[in-house]
Amino acid sequence: MNRYSIFGTALHRLAILCYVVFALFPLFWLLKVSVTPNDLLYSEGVRMWPSQMSFEHFRFVLAHSAFPIFFRNSMIVAGATAVIVTLLASLSGYALSRFTFRGKYWLVALMLLTQMFPLVMLVAPIFKMLSPLGLTNSLTGLVVVYTAFNIPFATFLMQSFFDGIPKELEEAAKIDGATQFMAFRQIILPLTLPGIAATLGFVFTAAWSELLFALMLISGNSAATFPVGLLTFVSKFSVDFGQMMAAGVLALIPACLFFLFIQRYLVQGLTAGAVKG
Amino acid sequence: MASIDIRNVRKNFGIVSVLHGVDLAIENGEFVVLVGPSGCGKSTLLRMIAGLEEVTEGEIRIDGVRVNERAPKDRDIAMVFQSYALYPHMNVAENMSYGLRIRKAAREKITAAVSNAARKLELQPLLARRPKALSGGQRQRVAMGRAIVRQPKAFLFDEPLSNLDARLREQMRAEIKKLHRDLGATSIYVTHDQIEAMTLADRIVAMHEGVVQQVGSPLELYDRPANLFVAGFIGSPAMNFLSARYEFGGSTAGARLPDGTLIGLSSGYQLEQGAAVTLGIRPEHVEMSPASESSLRATVDLIEPTGFGIILHLGLHGLPFNVFTLDRAALTAGPTVTVAFPPQHLHLFDETGKRALESGLQKRKS
Repeated sequence: MNRYSIFGTALHRLAILCYVVFALFPLFWLLKVSVTPNDLLYSEGVRMWPSQMSFEHFRFVLAHSAFPIFFRNSMIVAGATAVIVTLLASLSGYALSRFTFRGKYWLVALMLLTQMFPLVMLVAPIFKMLSPLGLTNSLTGLVVVYTAFNIPFATFLMQSFFDGIPKELEEAAKIDGATQFMAFRQIILPLTLPGIAATLGFVFTAAWSELLFALMLISGNSAATFPVGLLTFVSKFSVDFGQMMAAGVLALIPACLFFLFIQRYLVQGLTAGAVKG
Repeated sequence: MASIDIRNVRKNFGIVSVLHGVDLAIENGEFVVLVGPSGCGKSTLLRMIAGLEEVTEGEIRIDGVRVNERAPKDRDIAMVFQSYALYPHMNVAENMSYGLRIRKAAREKITAAVSNAARKLELQPLLARRPKALSGGQRQRVAMGRAIVRQPKAFLFDEPLSNLDARLREQMRAEIKKLHRDLGATSIYVTHDQIEAMTLADRIVAMHEGVVQQVGSPLELYDRPANLFVAGFIGSPAMNFLSARYEFGGSTAGARLPDGTLIGLSSGYQLEQGAAVTLGIRPEHVEMSPASESSLRATVDLIEPTGFGIILHLGLHGLPFNVFTLDRAALTAGPTVTVAFPPQHLHLFDETGKRALESGLQKRKS
């Protein structure tokens, strides 16, 4: 390796490092504030780590706030949305990838159309539609809305994964004696696991952190999800940063666990092109 | 094992018609090769037999039973794909047994069938491997194993050797032929490689632009090609063509080349005096001869030694003309050579490109 390329590599790594630090610093700050006792929060100035650590915020959030309810609600909404969307998107993505049918072009155009304008525009009409159905202020309502908004993108995502699987594989399965659905379930689906993991992860995090609709459709604590719940730490006269950050850290845990769980398949997804024949 | 009948089968993709009425009767145990350039409809025909494409018009019968509306799984055929199409998430044994497993065969039967096929194809040491840990030739073998395990009525091969290198291709070609000899199963094999077609087939079906051009044994197609397409497609290096006019008089017949040379023919043909014809001769049948009345002078453009023989690229009246010879003296051929066409090796095609019909001239002569 010559000097120039060592220098180049170093520069390259440094640039990446800068980006990583920039991206992760807010998370670090979240953690730092969450373990800083209230009395040190303003008195110590700007420090990278408090002189004294305490878990009092976590204790308070878990024992004395409505956070466990928010957390549970978020789990239900994000989990259900992720599962329903992935199930539907894998079926529709498969259909788009493999079959030709009347109106396919318009269906795709329609699905693209839903991705083209800001969601804020839809808040009022959605509210108007859901309220007579009794779906405002309910977790079911949120699941319905999130599912509807995530399906188009998830479908395209799944379609691209199905497109990457050679058609001959299911033709071979059909000749071997499988029905179309058996070929899908036994041959295609196992090969699409990375795609399914990616879709699950994408939809889960999207639903987990969604604020706009949750805020508009939910009032009161019983059906609030955690992004809405975080706002309860903002009171009229002060912001309880310590508790808010502690809640934030707790909210990160499921997302982290989820990605840890699916990471194996995501890495496989990067090598999916290698499965041919 | 089964017979397969194809009756006036047509296929349209939208407004594009790719097969214009194919008729073909394949007998029980026969090895039939569909050959033709890409886009001639041979793969489409194979996929229709497999049930992977719908039949637009006509009828396909397996063992006398119409199968047009049957799903591939109910046709009891096996297919070997060009890309092998092995299931990447299953090991070799699972790949081979998949067909039997989903038909819910008894476990002992599956084990016996798989080990039997593995022995035939020398796959025993590889049974636990995944396809990605196999070489191209091994994958090819597994694909064949998957086909023979089920003992289907017929085997369909869709250019199975195209992804292999030349040496391996020759080896697998011989193995396919042996396998067919041992199993005696009806086989339909699609290829664009005329050597594969010649070496494997009991009967060749030469196709071009969705129409069957000729059906016959390999040597029939080589010796008596039915039209210009088959004449040019079968054989390598390809047949030479010269335009000429048919002439006959008394007991002789000949083809007059534009430069006035008269090439003698061994037989008369059912053609008008002066009819435009195309004269065909294979490079291996051209004789390098001393100059004579009916010989032609040609310029030497290029000499290609193949080791076994020599291909001479000549220019005959400015048109390309190939000669294949085993005589190494040709390596040192000068700027021009003289060539002669033995009458018994000449092919004559009429204006429409069809093989000209012979008349009884020869008999009258004798």
